[in-house]
Amino acid sequence: MPRKEDLPHLTGTARFVGDVELPGMLHARIVRSPLAHARISSIGTGEALAQPGVAAVLTADDLPPATPPIPTRMFSQPGLERFLQQPLARDTVRYSGEPVAVVVAASRYVAEDAAELVELELEPLEPVLAVERALEPEAPVLHEEAGTNVAGSFVVEHGDIDAAFAAAALVVEERLAVQRHAAVPLEPRGLVANLDESGVVTVLGAAKIPHVNRRILAQLLGWPEARVRLVELHVGGGFGARGEFYPEDFLVPYCAVRLGRPVSWIEDRAEHLRACNHSREQVHELALALDGNGRFLGLRDRLLNDSGAYVRTHGLVVPGMGAALLPGPYRWPAYRCEVSHVVTCKTPAGTYRSPGRYEANFARERLIDVAAHRLGLDPVELRRRNLVPPTGMPYASGTNTDGHPVVYDSGDYPLLLEKACRRFDWDGLRRWRHERPGDGRRRGLGLAFFVEKSGIARWEYARVELSGSGAATVYSGSASMGQGVETVLAQVCADALGVAFEDVTVVHGDTASIPDGMGAFGSRAATLGGSAVHLAAESLRTRVREQGAPAPGETLSADARFESEDMTFPYGVHVAAVEVDVETGRVDIHRYGVAYDVGRALNPTLVEGQIVGGVAQGVGGALLEELVYDERGQLLSASFVDYLLPTAVEVPPVDVLITEDAPTPRNPLGAKGAGEGGAAAAGAAVANAVADALGVEVTRLPLSPERVVALAGGRT
Amino acid sequence: MTLRRVSVELNGRLVEATVEPRLLLSDFIRHDAGLTGTHVGCEHGVCGACTVQLDGAPVRSCLLFAVQANGRSIRTVESLAAANGDLHPLQQAFHESHALQCGFCTPGFLMTLEAVFRETDVTALADREIRELLAGHLCRCTGYQNIVRAVRLAGERMRA
Amino acid sequence: MKPPPFEYDDPRRLDEALALLAEHGAEAKVLAGGQSLVPLLNFRLARPRRLIDVNGLGELDYLRFENGTLRIGALTRQAALERSSETAQRVPLLTRAVRFVGHPQIRNRGTVGGSVAHADPAAELPAALSALDARYRLRTRSGERVVASEELFLAARTTALAPDELLVEVEVDVPGPATGSAFVEFSRRYGGAALAGAAVLVTLDGSGACERARIGLLAAGPTPVRAREAEVWLRGATIDAATAAEAGARAAAGVTPPGDIHGSSDYRRALVETMVTRALLEAVARA
Repeated sequence: MPRKEDLPHLTGTARFVGDVELPGMLHARIVRSPLAHARISSIGTGEALAQPGVAAVLTADDLPPATPPIPTRMFSQPGLERFLQQPLARDTVRYSGEPVAVVVAASRYVAEDAAELVELELEPLEPVLAVERALEPEAPVLHEEAGTNVAGSFVVEHGDIDAAFAAAALVVEERLAVQRHAAVPLEPRGLVANLDESGVVTVLGAAKIPHVNRRILAQLLGWPEARVRLVELHVGGGFGARGEFYPEDFLVPYCAVRLGRPVSWIEDRAEHLRACNHSREQVHELALALDGNGRFLGLRDRLLNDSGAYVRTHGLVVPGMGAALLPGPYRWPAYRCEVSHVVTCKTPAGTYRSPGRYEANFARERLIDVAAHRLGLDPVELRRRNLVPPTGMPYASGTNTDGHPVVYDSGDYPLLLEKACRRFDWDGLRRWRHERPGDGRRRGLGLAFFVEKSGIARWEYARVELSGSGAATVYSGSASMGQGVETVLAQVCADALGVAFEDVTVVHGDTASIPDGMGAFGSRAATLGGSAVHLAAESLRTRVREQGAPAPGETLSADARFESEDMTFPYGVHVAAVEVDVETGRVDIHRYGVAYDVGRALNPTLVEGQIVGGVAQGVGGALLEELVYDERGQLLSASFVDYLLPTAVEVPPVDVLITEDAPTPRNPLGAKGAGEGGAAAAGAAVANAVADALGVEVTRLPLSPERVVALAGGRT
Repeated sequence: MTLRRVSVELNGRLVEATVEPRLLLSDFIRHDAGLTGTHVGCEHGVCGACTVQLDGAPVRSCLLFAVQANGRSIRTVESLAAANGDLHPLQQAFHESHALQCGFCTPGFLMTLEAVFRETDVTALADREIRELLAGHLCRCTGYQNIVRAVRLAGERMRA
Repeated sequence: MKPPPFEYDDPRRLDEALALLAEHGAEAKVLAGGQSLVPLLNFRLARPRRLIDVNGLGELDYLRFENGTLRIGALTRQAALERSSETAQRVPLLTRAVRFVGHPQIRNRGTVGGSVAHADPAAELPAALSALDARYRLRTRSGERVVASEELFLAARTTALAPDELLVEVEVDVPGPATGSAFVEFSRRYGGAALAGAAVLVTLDGSGACERARIGLLAAGPTPVRAREAEVWLRGATIDAATAAEAGARAAAGVTPPGDIHGSSDYRRALVETMVTRALLEAVARA
């Protein structure tokens, strides 16, 4: 069913934050450190301030001295507080791009002119640019109070890992690495803040977690929450990066409050690549122990996660998720994952679609293929032999996230594997793979099986109103970044309330009209958001049945908070068939398929859209996207000329098979979230396919043309 | 810096302003003319979100200055739907094909495609060729598949 | 990423433009298509005090065949070159090369003269024009000179254009009969910057052997490169898989491409070999 959201976007009447113009509005420009690691000797603002049209130039000294650093909101750990970021750097800058000052002026052009005139006196310090270096005892320490560059560490384990490896008939071990890359939504970030006469600061351009961010902003301002209002407008993609609380999320409202004028800040692309959360830079020193029959005995991992210079608002979630879901759909009698979350002098890193899992799936599925190859076993058969059987559900995988045990709710993994092989004609692809195209290209086939998660952060709020005219309104604490939340929530409401889809309006993203909410991240909008709507709508329907329909002019409403202790676990298979030109290193994707069980697909078209979009990002990460730093800590991939997003030519057509064989018992809809499954195993599947094509061990992403040529034993 | 007076025909209406020469056409369209349907994604000509038509030809408005559009005719996404609100077949096809998610890239795609459809019989193209036509626009949400479908659907309808 | 301030002139006639260049050339940049220059301005990597916008010089927008020579006015849009059916027939190398320049939206504004004057080492048109032994007409208020590619392209994004000089025309001799051409390039993304590329023309003698080969390379050095050693070696040879590969190897041996994050020098050099080999085989099939 076509989406409710589309019309404004098609006609150009949508309202993104960059489209907002308020009377008297000023424009902010962030002054950013040009160096990766330095002491700030002085910041000269006089020349900038003297420019016509400049209203203010603020540094850390101009912020209230009690302004705390930006806190974590989840996945925290004692000690993490020593690695948090101040909205403006005070004595030390720790990454190139770190905010050191804000200029507010009459136009974006003037603000950019003035920002160049701010005089930064910096004493360079040695930048630490790799996790391995950061861990060396003699390496410079980024956060002196902490005395270490390890911001967080923990172990997730079950069973006796040493016994497992001692008993193994075969141990395969690799060091597997995923490169730094990022979500890069097409709309850069932006905010418009305005203080009204009643003393409330309204911030337009909120995203993802408006209620949480309102809480954080109020805390940083030292204000009661009632004086802070966050409003979502149209949002040009999030993918996990937009919506976390960044320095700008404090600075822009603070400027508006201090100057008593509306202030707009719209990020440009060069800034975005340096300043918005990076992600994915992770190393797995992974070892797999098997018995003589190809049964998995144990999985042992040392996971090194590059945090960038600070720990972001979502704490240790990225390596936490990785450690929790590294086991995947398989049975592991023993498991141990030792995590180190390490700071380096680079842009802080955070979540990006399937965070921690994209990396973990790459590592694990690669190693399983290596094991299959060593054992002379078919890689599909090796997996089949070790899948958690349907009779094992619900399955406690022996891991946990943020203190919560991971228990897979439902799943028939062997069935999905069988369906995927049939749908994507695995046997036919094997025959295709063994033919020689005759032009020197090599063919390869790769498969990856994974378990995803959805519905994190436990609750969501909804209120449903029915008016006498028959129109229904849903108020949801969820958030929209383009994924079709309004459509899905309207569907759920229509079904549960018994009204027509066309008669339902969905309101979200305004902390003033929705008292509370957790937002949209981790594929929770349909599951938690939808479940809350379902409960509220059902509750309202019951009232209507008992009390009668509302009279004209009357409105009946019901609200609900849906809570679930546990996440739900969709699961899937990616299949990739590739052709590799060993002279140039180009990897062409001949065929790509995703089979994904979502329990119940509330809107299959939207689910498919999410999967294909996820595959595009995952393929971009596998082949093209990389945030590269030079030896001084300068970001070289600083524009779309160098940071390569895939076009319609690089992204293959994707055959999507959505199954509903394992609805979840954990919410009234039976639905599991679909947002991340397309990205989750794309790195793994493409890597397995290329490794198969070249007959070599692929242990790193991206598979850039040069790396592929080198792997193929080429001339360079 | 010497200001310049410009007079630009935007979607059939004359818009006049006094501007700095360095004012980008994208900013002129969005802020001086108030037509915010044209979006800014990169300001270096790669992403395509800012694509408008200059005398009927798709161009990057972030790589033109407003002063260069003086006396010229510009068309943006707001001009596609009919005066009575009926959607252009391309807009309708995008809607029915779920060819947009966040919508940020959509206006750029539409302005390129409207020109392509005037000059090419899209129904004669293979998928690969359609993807090549789309390659001048980045989309981060859809993975392009449904955009290809929308192009096919619109092509069939507009040929009929 | 807003550009820094600049003064702006938009002359309507060539003599006006040349007068402006004579007076302001040292601190001005010429704005033609802007597809390369405006990004530099938006990134503030270029800060000219003045822009001289030559888009109003309609007299420089033409494509004319005269006596076996194609004359391309500097302001000819790349899209017009692409659509020119006479060029496709008579100098197909240019048609093939221009299709690799960015995307249609870029080619609707980008100009032939602008691509030449910007002299990006990875640009397609300078390499193709170099292979075609193009001549470039440079004019000032006081006169005109004609130079060859080797004289014009000096270094990366640096030409021999004097501050008061404007490129007004590019001249290409239409290749003779029994000539086949090919343009091959490798980029990481469709329409993206080339990591290596070859523009090749092969003319065969009566017996089907190579009478003359012209090989222009892009992204192989700071300027477009003619692989002269390989060209000489090919004279009299029958171009097949083996000789094409040998010529490719010789072309690669003669260059040291600059490396960057997308490819090291060694990798790019290997690509040169592949591009030249493939281009020669394609070109000879068309001769």
